[in-house]
Amino acid sequence: MIRFDRVGKRYPPGADALSDLSFEVAEGQMVVVSGHSGAGKSTLLKLIAAVEKPSSGTVLVGGLNLGGLARSALPYLRRRIGIVFQDQKLLFDRNVFDNVMLPLSIAGFPPRDAAQRVRAALDKVGLASREKALPIMLSGGEQQRLAIARAVVNRPSLLLADEPTAHLDRETAMDVARIFTEFHHVGVTVLIATYANELFPATRHLRLDHGKLLP
Amino acid sequence: MRVWLAHHLDATRRALRKLAAAPINTLLFLLAIGVALALPAVGQMLLANASHLTDSTPSAPQISVFMTHGAETRAVAEVEGRLRKHAGVKQLRFLPKDETLTRLKKNPDLRDVINALPGNPFPDAFIVTPGDGSHAAMEGLAIEFRQWPKVEHVQLDSDWVRRLDALLKLGRTAVMLLAALLGCGLVAISFSIIRMQILTHRAEIEVSQLLGATEGYIRRPFLYYGVLLGSGGGFVAWLLVGAVALWLQGPLSELAHLYDLTFELQTLNLRDSALLLGLSATLGWCGAMVSLRQQLGKFR
Ligand SMILES: Nc1ncnc2c1ncn2[C@@H]1O[C@H](COP(=O)(O)OP(=O)(O)O)[C@@H](O)[C@H]1O
Ligand SMILES: [Mg+2]
Repeated sequence: MIRFDRVGKRYPPGADALSDLSFEVAEGQMVVVSGHSGAGKSTLLKLIAAVEKPSSGTVLVGGLNLGGLARSALPYLRRRIGIVFQDQKLLFDRNVFDNVMLPLSIAGFPPRDAAQRVRAALDKVGLASREKALPIMLSGGEQQRLAIARAVVNRPSLLLADEPTAHLDRETAMDVARIFTEFHHVGVTVLIATYANELFPATRHLRLDHGKLLP
Repeated sequence: MRVWLAHHLDATRRALRKLAAAPINTLLFLLAIGVALALPAVGQMLLANASHLTDSTPSAPQISVFMTHGAETRAVAEVEGRLRKHAGVKQLRFLPKDETLTRLKKNPDLRDVINALPGNPFPDAFIVTPGDGSHAAMEGLAIEFRQWPKVEHVQLDSDWVRRLDALLKLGRTAVMLLAALLGCGLVAISFSIIRMQILTHRAEIEVSQLLGATEGYIRRPFLYYGVLLGSGGGFVAWLLVGAVALWLQGPLSELAHLYDLTFELQTLNLRDSALLLGLSATLGWCGAMVSLRQQLGKFR
């Protein structure tokens, strides 16, 4: 599903954010990427979502070499990947339902099927009763779950989440962690960047330290 | 095809939602564009009416040559001979004084007056159509004819039509210039409105790109927004022109009546209306296009 081959990433002026990174993630696996702040976790996820391009090496996702991907092909790749962003990127002028609807209307889903899918996704994260609420009216945990609903509404085969449990109390964090585990159980490939790796005990770990993979 | 249609419908819906989100702003924008467009449109309407007026009057340039009252047949024949031989004369028509008298006697208003006059008060006259209809050439002919014996008066008949024609030409140029200027203004208005829209929807654009939106998906509602603003403004302008026409109709037909003309002020015809709407929509689209090119480049 994902293959990194001697991947390096250097942001314009500074030092390497990632260097000489090689690993593989098979389809259906759940992987936790952990490491200190600034270790390069977000950068790794951004490379997979083709938000950033590698400075060296090759990134393969679903058989596609992202380095050589045409700009016009990018949207179609993104639609196959669900992303929970570190800063969530919710639209605060739209209600819960419309936030989750966005990926579907972007993909050109017929409205009736789309509405059904939105409700199913909201149901899955336990927000079915909050459809009409604006994101600002939600608690931190609910906002996080909304972000997850938006990421999975397209039924992607790959789900990426960047610090999805940050700023959540332990109880809520465990709820959120459980949701990801459930997606893993139905066959979705899941990559989670977090420093709270104790929340995901039984999964494969990739440990990053200053942009390098620890054995 | 269905998917394509759905995309465009969706984009239209999103554009309309943006317009409806700030109804007061939208109204003010439409009014601003409408007033700007109404200026050249009213000009065009007045020009169309004026040129309609000149079309219905004979505009072939003519020169009337009046003999002195009571000029002898010999003198008249002399002038006729000179006119016939003259290289600058293309066509010549002789109006004998008797014919003029009988013709005017047929007018019931004038009959009594003419009957009361002793003898025939009218002179013999020639209507000359010159080969060269330019004003300078006609002026030259008139000066020459005036010096001939027994010629009382020479008149350039088409003078006022020609003046009006010249005026119309000037008017057309002015309307053209005005339209070009205000058209640029419309592009500028559309540009800055769309720019504002893009800036306020910055988060939405960025998130949409991350969620797999194509360039087209992002641009389309803004383009449609521009088109809707432009054509909406065009429609406002069209209404304004209609209102002006209605308002001018009364005073103008009164004026026309004084000159014994029947004159009905026509509002913009179908062609000009379509042109107005099409042009304003296109200009709105242009402004949006430039704005998108300039603004969206910053997002990648
Ligand atoms: N857009 C950027 N421009 C410059 N440097 C960046 C940028 N994003 C991240 N970095 C740097 O790259 C390194 C890794 O960052 P990041 O991937 O965000 O780490 P993490 O998510 O593990 O905290 C850090 O040193 C950070 O300062
Ligand atoms: Mg990070």
